[in-house]
Amino acid sequence: MRWNEAEIEARLTAMAERVAADYGEAPPALVGIQSGGAWVAEALNARLATAAPLGSLDVSFYRDDFDTRGLKRTVKPSDLPFEVDGAHLLLVDDVLMTGRTIRAAMNELFDYGRPASIRLAVLFDIGHRELPIRPDICGETLALPPHQRVELRGPAPLVAEVIEIPVKADE
Amino acid sequence: MTLAPPPSSRVQLTDDGKLRHFLSVEHLSRSLLEDILDTAASFVDVGGRAIKKVPLLRGKTVVNLFFESSTRTRSTFELAAKRLSADVLNLDIAKSATSKGETLLDTLRNLEAMAADMFVVRHQDSGAPFFIANEVTPGVAVINAGDGRHAHPTQAMLDMYTIRHYKGGFAGLRVAIVGDVLHSRVARSQVHALNILGAEEVRLIGPRTLLPVAAAESLGVTVCHDMTQGLKDVDVVIMLRLQKERMDSAFLPSEAEFFRLYGLNNEKLRHAKPDAIVMHPGPINRGVEIASEVADGPRSVILNQVTFGIAVRMAVMSMAISGQESSQNPEQGDQHGR
Repeated sequence: MRWNEAEIEARLTAMAERVAADYGEAPPALVGIQSGGAWVAEALNARLATAAPLGSLDVSFYRDDFDTRGLKRTVKPSDLPFEVDGAHLLLVDDVLMTGRTIRAAMNELFDYGRPASIRLAVLFDIGHRELPIRPDICGETLALPPHQRVELRGPAPLVAEVIEIPVKADE
Repeated sequence: MTLAPPPSSRVQLTDDGKLRHFLSVEHLSRSLLEDILDTAASFVDVGGRAIKKVPLLRGKTVVNLFFESSTRTRSTFELAAKRLSADVLNLDIAKSATSKGETLLDTLRNLEAMAADMFVVRHQDSGAPFFIANEVTPGVAVINAGDGRHAHPTQAMLDMYTIRHYKGGFAGLRVAIVGDVLHSRVARSQVHALNILGAEEVRLIGPRTLLPVAAAESLGVTVCHDMTQGLKDVDVVIMLRLQKERMDSAFLPSEAEFFRLYGLNNEKLRHAKPDAIVMHPGPINRGVEIASEVADGPRSVILNQVTFGIAVRMAVMSMAISGQESSQNPEQGDQHGR
């Protein structure tokens, strides 16, 4: 299964409309999780009537799998060019699965300050949740078997594809 | 017992080339050094947040094992470990003249019994951290915080970070290292790092008694005994601390004489490029190797080095513990976990 540029754009436009409807006149600050989430956040921002403050998070220092996977650093450090204290934040990621990345991202956000609210927007929700986390805005919900993932490629053009991952014996 | 460093520092790397101890920059690849600098860049931002901490090493225990006293290096390692949420134990162990090998091993075994995850070691004998890394229980990382005259790799990497921050990279750069090169583990590590990272030219400048030409040239550097000549068109000037205790042993006539010939003042700095930066590993001896007008001047980045030093040490510590974890738990974890 794959999504071409136009199909991704249609989902982004629908998501941006939801953002506008949910937040009204005062757009939230968008916080994209690197790297895919940052692309999605940028694309959403471009579709909003009023440009929102835009930041990005590298959650690799907050992950809960450091003991088993070690340090997986992204290319860019976190960058939140706005005051987090009292801000309404919309956390943005490309693919939501276990929810662990979102947990890490929220922990990191609270080290910058105390936001007034955080909501979650994802382009794809592929299930297999391991934490009580759900998206407020979602581009598409999929039911994928455990050996499949969605991979977003970008930053331009944004396209997506279902990929197979090796399944370990104990799964 | 002598603790000579082994010819290769393979002990530093896991089978798949990740850092698991950080003992010397010598023999490490350019890409690994760049990875350290890039990781440090991510940590620099942590120092500017409301909460200057990340939970990466939560529950880990870091032991600062200092056989030789140091305030600055030890405190930046301590702060780096604390910003990574590790628990820190500082041990300042006085010099013991006898049977170092045995004492060291006994000390090590005792600390291992306290379930330490990392030793940050400073020792007056060259090679001591290598010895510890070879003897330590698998899964425990060792960081060299300065051993004898041999190496001070985290200082060298924070200097590289500072150079990259201000100069954008190493291609085409001319770097002068000035002063007591003979006794400086910092200079040795800097030369290796600059060569690995591809600096155009490294010049060592100092008096003949503190800068043996043959030894220096074997490192692949240019040697200069005249400051004015040596500083010509350099992009970076690194001043070394003149260890005053060396004065007694006839290496130098006097501090005043040293300052006249090799002390950095604005007059001498004129020969470097107009945008040259001035660095110093600290603590500085004002009026001995550097004049206050330079140390406090617009081209001095000495205090920025201290700030970057914390981030670089955070990077090395987290990468080494990460390397230890991955060699203990090969191929675990979900590579695509979201």
